[in-house]
Amino acid sequence: MSIKKLSKEDFKSFVSGLISSDDKVVGVKAKGNRFVFGDLESADELRLDYDVTLLPPKKYVLPQVETLMTYEVKGEYKTECNAEPTVLLGVHPYDMVAINQMDAIFSQDEYDSHYMARRENLTIVACDVVNASENVFAASMGSATVKDGFDVLLTDLGDSYLVDAATEKGEALVAKAAGAADATDEDIAKRKQVWQKNEEALAKHKLNCKTSDLPGLLDKSYNHPVWEEKAKVCYSCGSCTSTCPTCYCFDVQDDVAWNLETGKRYRAWDGCLLEKFANVAGDHNFRQRREDRFRHRIYRKGKYVPAKIGGQVACVGCGRCVGACTPGIANPVEIYNRLLEDTNL
Amino acid sequence: MCACSCGKKDIYLPELATITDRKMMNDTEVYIRLTLDSGEELGHKPGQFVEVSVAGLGECPISISSSPTVKGFDLVIRNAGSVTNAIHQMQVGDKLGIRGPYGSGYDLDTLAGKDLVFICGGIGLVPQRSLINYALDKPEDFGKVTVLLGTKDFDQRFYQDEIAAWHANDAINVLETIDVEHEKWTGNVGVVTNLIPKIEDELTDAAILVCGPPIMYKFVLMALAEYETPLENIYVNLERRMKCGVGKCGHCQMNDEYVCQSGPVYNYSELGAVPEAI
Ligand code: SF4
Ligand code: SF4
Ligand code: FES
Repeated sequence: MSIKKLSKEDFKSFVSGLISSDDKVVGVKAKGNRFVFGDLESADELRLDYDVTLLPPKKYVLPQVETLMTYEVKGEYKTECNAEPTVLLGVHPYDMVAINQMDAIFSQDEYDSHYMARRENLTIVACDVVNASENVFAASMGSATVKDGFDVLLTDLGDSYLVDAATEKGEALVAKAAGAADATDEDIAKRKQVWQKNEEALAKHKLNCKTSDLPGLLDKSYNHPVWEEKAKVCYSCGSCTSTCPTCYCFDVQDDVAWNLETGKRYRAWDGCLLEKFANVAGDHNFRQRREDRFRHRIYRKGKYVPAKIGGQVACVGCGRCVGACTPGIANPVEIYNRLLEDTNL
Repeated sequence: MCACSCGKKDIYLPELATITDRKMMNDTEVYIRLTLDSGEELGHKPGQFVEVSVAGLGECPISISSSPTVKGFDLVIRNAGSVTNAIHQMQVGDKLGIRGPYGSGYDLDTLAGKDLVFICGGIGLVPQRSLINYALDKPEDFGKVTVLLGTKDFDQRFYQDEIAAWHANDAINVLETIDVEHEKWTGNVGVVTNLIPKIEDELTDAAILVCGPPIMYKFVLMALAEYETPLENIYVNLERRMKCGVGKCGHCQMNDEYVCQSGPVYNYSELGAVPEAI
């Protein structure tokens, strides 16, 4: 596919054009002194210089609350599908890697048509990081840059963007941009410099082993004292899982209309740190102890989910949980490093 | 315009099934027999489960209690929450939503040709019955069938007619016990582990299939250890909070095992690396 260059001014007109088209256009915008993904009303709102968003873009493939079906109480169940074509602007590489991981999870074994419908309706315009956030450590997890999953990848080259269309959808999108010129070798070399710079800049926490060592490390650490030490001050609030781009656990609930005749079944984000996550009928809790729940999350990131997705570590180093955790215990790298101190790999 | 996979099968969508038989088994358990409205058979293996859905209330995972050798399928449901409570109110002719069958069930290939010993505590008999009756219907596929059955109270026993028929059937040896003495009970009294010494000869070669409340496993496994039953011969059927049933939602997970996919039946020798299992 093709690599173009677009001046920032032309890029702005391109975004304006998208906003006035039929597709929904979502992008990163400021909210106070933080950033969020939200519907764009004007091209001026788009902030591709952001550091990190409060919530990851996973809500566009797995909404906080999503109706799966509707029904009449005595009748048939009907699939609900309201995925709409959406252009998602400004996904950072680590969040793109996270979406790629969820794609693998939701399409494997039993194909999740709800997730996949939203995913297939997305056109993702990723962008390389311009400003590193306080806690980002994507470079430690191999996700400071991203090679696939996006339709278009933007790289800020100062007064212009390098626009890399990686799919047919991406090509079609970029074709709408007036003023695009073919990128020169020099432009592409500049992107390489950005990537190299980000390998350094996006490593605010350094993992003291290879990510591929993590499953083996965890195999030897099940009864390590760190679980209890950290979990002692855990509130079981679930902020670390709800802000995480790779956490995808959900609960399923029903909701009936006031007339008791119709209703819907929906799924909503859930988190394994929450106290009732492993409750079964009869009120038995299979993960009653806080330290067991705390450990489970760290094992999912470093061992359990990787086993489902070809060994990729399920923490992409966005750093959101580090900032979201009030007692300051959620950072997976800190825990892995602590385990490494006591373990021979 | 939506360019999506709406056309694909929706894995969360229940199909309707109609209750064709219903009976209270004791104060807390109702038995129902269902047939799918599509006219198809469920096509399950012994040991699998379904997600049962009541519109407006939700779903719950329920073990299939009947053998695939008979038409329709049986469920036994304890009244333990809003969904199951609603099912208890239902009568013959009422409809439920069904998804599944899910889980891997019993590994029939490995069990083929073996003597089978079922150790059941309370409602642990429910899923085991799917394989017990399967084995009775296919005597050429298995060796001897032995059932150890422990129930807490006399009044909580269920499938009583069927158990009486098993007692009268030479193809199956049934030993029963209840935890607490009762004036109408002349049989064994005590926990199910007390029955284990009575079948000592079976404990080294037979496949031992255990199902009961979480607390029971420890004691049964300890008792079997005394007879040096090889771990590979022991199968446990583990209850978990299944939700999606399809390996996505994370609720059923114990360490790296997704019970809804790889369980709820496990060979005990494989659970060494799964500390959350028992
Ligand atoms: S575990 Fe924390 S740093 Fe890693 S991906 Fe999740 S939120 Fe980001
Ligand atoms: S680790 Fe931190 S963010 Fe996660 S549940 Fe515990 S207190 Fe909340
Ligand atoms: S029940 Fe949802 S993952 Fe097993």
